[in-house]
Amino acid sequence: MELLVAAAIGLLTSVGIYLTLRLRTFPVILGLTFLSYAVNLFIFIAGRLSISLPPIIAKGASYADPLPQALVLTAIVISFGMTAVMVIMSLGAFLEAGHDEVDMSDDEDRT
Amino acid sequence: MSHWIIAPVVLPAILAGLMVMLMRHDLGLQRIFSVAGVLALNAIAGALLWAATTAPPEAYFLGNWPAPFGIILVLDRLSAMMLMLLSALALPVVLYAIGSNWDARGAHFHPLMLFLLMGIAGAFLTGDAFNLFVFFEVLLIASYGLMIHGGGQDRTRAGIQYIAFNLVGSSLFLFALATIYGITGTLNMADLAVKLPSLPESETGLLRVAAVLLILVFAIKGALVPLQFWLPGTYANAPGVVAALFAVMTKVGAYAIIRFGTLVFPTSLAATGPMLADLLLPAALVTLAVGSIGVLGASTLPRLVAFAAIASMGTAFIAIAAFTPATMSAALYYILHSTLATALLFLIADMVTRRRAHASLRASDPPIAGSGLVAALFMAGAVAMAGMPPLSGFIGKLLVLQAWRDHATIIWPAILISSFLLILGFARAGSLLFWKAHALQEEGEDRPPEPLAFTAIGAVVAGLVALTLLAGPVTGWMDATAAALYDPLPYVDATQLYEDR
Repeated sequence: MELLVAAAIGLLTSVGIYLTLRLRTFPVILGLTFLSYAVNLFIFIAGRLSISLPPIIAKGASYADPLPQALVLTAIVISFGMTAVMVIMSLGAFLEAGHDEVDMSDDEDRT
Repeated sequence: MSHWIIAPVVLPAILAGLMVMLMRHDLGLQRIFSVAGVLALNAIAGALLWAATTAPPEAYFLGNWPAPFGIILVLDRLSAMMLMLLSALALPVVLYAIGSNWDARGAHFHPLMLFLLMGIAGAFLTGDAFNLFVFFEVLLIASYGLMIHGGGQDRTRAGIQYIAFNLVGSSLFLFALATIYGITGTLNMADLAVKLPSLPESETGLLRVAAVLLILVFAIKGALVPLQFWLPGTYANAPGVVAALFAVMTKVGAYAIIRFGTLVFPTSLAATGPMLADLLLPAALVTLAVGSIGVLGASTLPRLVAFAAIASMGTAFIAIAAFTPATMSAALYYILHSTLATALLFLIADMVTRRRAHASLRASDPPIAGSGLVAALFMAGAVAMAGMPPLSGFIGKLLVLQAWRDHATIIWPAILISSFLLILGFARAGSLLFWKAHALQEEGEDRPPEPLAFTAIGAVVAGLVALTLLAGPVTGWMDATAAALYDPLPYVDATQLYEDR
């Protein structure tokens, strides 16, 4: 199972990096989303992989590490908010500029 | 001090929320509350600075949960100093925003600025690495709003690049934190400082990966080459007054590297050893070179200042990269100086740009209104940034040179030649802006005098002069701070981690 989860994280990350390097804002946003999926999964398994164990400490019983689950909740909320901001910003830029290319030409950069 | 430690985080948060809800349409009221809030923040930061100077580090337990299960804030000399710097810079920035009417050019300038202050203050205070990530995001999301304040196509598109860059940085931050948690089972910085030295040999490779990932994230914030690409576009396209406030944001990266490099990954830690220093020093030297060459090649005034900011971060990181108490003291002094100098130059660049109708350094224009005073202020800013006597830049660079005198063959020429390039770049820009203008026969247009904006710029100059005049006591205080950074025991004790055991 370790191999499966690790491969999934690796695949998500590579897809995310590839899309983040694209020239238009929409793929970039998708790429950032994939990156945040990958990292959320990564945080989640930082407390080790365990199946059908409750994240509650009980005497004598084994349990899953509850802290990464709390951390990943925070990370999910934050990355969701950030993606929303990014979408709105790119929409604004698209409506003002008439295209959604990420790069600015040298002339625009100088103004 | 107890509850006052959280005040720098809570006060701006409450004020900003009230502003958005109750005084959305009343700019006058927003201005009053904003100035009052920043003044209160200054008073609190002053009191905390005094407390940190006279007493050992103190921890604040959020929700009274014991560390490392709960989140703690820790007030020590370094965080108190950065907090004081932040609030001292925020005051002239607010006054300038009011005096120049920048805050009327878009909605919510004051609430966003207060949220930014909250995030930066939290980042300086927190004693928990995951909480540091959260405060980074708070300050970033406020900075996204501030960066595009006033709108415009170029600004919005530059904002997208800034956001994308920082979102990738946030993902890296999370990867690093999860790796560290996977190895050690804790993210409390003091707990890490205690646990890492006894880490089994088999885990050291992973730890080194995590450490490098973390430093990469902080290097993005601190605009260290090769991760500086976001800075010129962002700072040059952001409103001048916002860029001035952002001057302290790059220092958040420097602060985090100092904190982690002394507390969590000190040179004495076997797993990482001198790795951080070995990585930082070459990067810092290249940063200095890129910054000063960029100053020579910059085509607009805000870009020129942005590259000067990169160069000053390079100098600061050169001082940090030695990771010894003597150089750390020089680095802290230089960080104070470079924040004020960068902010000063951004405010002046904004003043000039607004009066000339364009920012280009290629064409001359008629003299701007009040050009004598603006020219004198620009001169003061350039002298401070380039590191010429008599202002504090000279003392700061002298301290860095002195701290590195054992390795003078590479460091000294780098700093001295880059200072020369800065002088050249600023002299060229200044003569084009203020002298060539008089060669044209036309009269520049008149402008309202904006006394408040000039007062704000004057206040920053006064800060630099004070830093110069009080260099003796300040460096003495920095020596003690640097020594405290290399003696983490009181910091760990403050968190009460190992009291029961």
